Amino acid sequence: MTKRQLLMKRYIFPVALAFGLIVGSASAQAAEEGGLLPAGTNVQDQASLQRGAKLFFNYCVGCHSLKYMRYSRIASDLGLSEQEVMQNLNFTGARFDDPVVSHMPADSATKWFGKAPPDLSLEVSAKTADWVYTYLNTFYLDPHSPIGWNNTTLPNAAMPFPLWELQGLQTAEMKPAKPGEDPAVEKLVLSQPGKLTPAQYQQATRDLTSFLEYASEPVALERHHYGIWVLLFLAFFTLLAAMLKKEYWKDVH
Amino acid sequence: MANVFTNIGDWVTERAPNMMPAYRKHMTEYYAPKNFNLWYYFGSLALLVLVNQIVTGIFLTMNYNPSAAGAFDSVQYIMRDVEWGWLIRYMHSTGASLFFVVVFLHMFRGMMYGSYKKPRELVWLLGMLIFLVLMAEAFMGYVLPWGNMSFWGAKVIVSLFGTIPVIGGQLVEWIMGDFLPADATLNRFFALHVIALPIVLLLLVVLHIAALHEVGSNNPDGVEIKKGPKGNRWDALKPADGIPFHPYYTVKDLVGVGFFLLIAAFIIFFAPTFGGWFLEHDNSIMANNLVTPAEIKPVWYFTPFYAIVRMIPSFAGTAVWGVLAMFGAIAVLFLLPWFDRGKVKSIRHRGTGYKVALGLFVLSFFGLGAVGAGITAEVIPEWFGDVDLTTYENAFGRLMTLIYFGFFAFLWAYTHFGWEKTKPVPERVTTHD
Repeated sequence: MTKRQLLMKRYIFPVALAFGLIVGSASAQAAEEGGLLPAGTNVQDQASLQRGAKLFFNYCVGCHSLKYMRYSRIASDLGLSEQEVMQNLNFTGARFDDPVVSHMPADSATKWFGKAPPDLSLEVSAKTADWVYTYLNTFYLDPHSPIGWNNTTLPNAAMPFPLWELQGLQTAEMKPAKPGEDPAVEKLVLSQPGKLTPAQYQQATRDLTSFLEYASEPVALERHHYGIWVLLFLAFFTLLAAMLKKEYWKDVH
Repeated sequence: MANVFTNIGDWVTERAPNMMPAYRKHMTEYYAPKNFNLWYYFGSLALLVLVNQIVTGIFLTMNYNPSAAGAFDSVQYIMRDVEWGWLIRYMHSTGASLFFVVVFLHMFRGMMYGSYKKPRELVWLLGMLIFLVLMAEAFMGYVLPWGNMSFWGAKVIVSLFGTIPVIGGQLVEWIMGDFLPADATLNRFFALHVIALPIVLLLLVVLHIAALHEVGSNNPDGVEIKKGPKGNRWDALKPADGIPFHPYYTVKDLVGVGFFLLIAAFIIFFAPTFGGWFLEHDNSIMANNLVTPAEIKPVWYFTPFYAIVRMIPSFAGTAVWGVLAMFGAIAVLFLLPWFDRGKVKSIRHRGTGYKVALGLFVLSFFGLGAVGAGITAEVIPEWFGDVDLTTYENAFGRLMTLIYFGFFAFLWAYTHFGWEKTKPVPERVTTHD
């Protein structure tokens, strides 16, 4: 290596690299902010997905669709039989190959809630798993809200809290308000326990978030398996290419 | 068997006598300098990605529905119901980002080793045209999934033309074919993305390579091997420091392809959204002209240029200056061969001022990217607490803009007035025997 090349490596690369790292770590740092709880989901955990699906079809599908998700796809991906899915998850009389569509009429929903409940097929892709998990854990009773509920993750959400019987009732302790501003939520406290302990409820919402994460990208269940073989093949290919190059180049001086 | 091939070869040569010579000129008898380093992989990799984009693009087109009503659904159809559709789409979306990675590195290589300098100005100009068309191609491709960021991105970028005095408003309407990005916009962007621009791109790539092969490749030493001693193992009249492109650089590039594909496959199979940088969260929501995303920002590869628009204030009653500066940021790159009057090509023999300036230029590019991507907006409150974000961001962004353009001004003065102290350029490439 020449002196000039050494100089190059000694100055320009480290400066560029250091700057890139600073920008990169700053962006990673920024991404961690926003006060979201870590969802801790694992879409490879089939039992978790099954529990999440059960919760979704018991508590969510009354209002929310998964219009890009077919019952049959859920069955095959979650290791459930057609019979299990049609009896335990399908309450709308849809056919096995139909997508999951809520029966709530959009115009009535708009009348009741002010806006139609959104389709949740891509909710995790759009908001991240952490957001969905945090949202499901931050509902609280709010006497000032027209629906009686509010949420610190999505303030003034139009959604009532259907999981309250599991989590129990949370109420907000407010920070002392600065003059001219609305008081902000200091923290949420469980004022009345639900059917589940706080740990159980966190696990339940983790399962539900996992299921929605899977629904956002069903192929996430399998792409890793292909990926490993593709990487192994490419590593072998690269090795062969490197040997071939060495062989051809041995007479270049 | 060998006979059959010889016969076919003879048959073709009889009818098209220049086909074999053309192959030899560009492959087996194209003598490239033997001292290419890591930086010389990115040209062939860009070609590989171009092929990937075209092939995967063809398959996407078979299932994509270019209409405002159906586009978003059809992308999910590709992701869920089309056999291997997810792989094709991830190859295309990852390919788009990696295209810019390799093209940026390829361009930086050209700057570092002075590959734009005489006699290769035409190669550089054609390359810059490729870059320009590639940006248009990427922008239109980004609109096609018809997510909410596609919609608002299209609206913001097309609106840039609206800053042009007098004709701006009508121009925007003419580009979109509507008052907002709509069905008409999506249809024409689709046509341009899959037919018009790829054809132009391919033609420019052919011209770029043809122009390169006329003058021959530069190398990390910036030595003209054609001016050096003659005679190598294959031809007594060809440069001594040249080796045939095929097979030497074809097998070498194959190694680069292997490493590149390892990285690409890792992203495609394990992190296809790349943490929201390659496929953005807001694009998982269908285009909606009533719901503005919290922060409208372009994909990462446009962020440095977008930041320049944001950093230039409007004055004299028009915001056109920011747009002019953005196009100016690309225009100055076109003119690089004429800004730089330095006599030596490679950074290995250039003055310290040039090295520092190039380092700062790279820094400003990353810095502007951070501004355009909204990283500074998140980091400034973090680091400096409760300060006026706009003041801090503008100060940083404008400094970066100044450095970006300052590089070209400095380069001209530095070389024009003879301030640069260069080192002697060797007669031959440093690795010859």
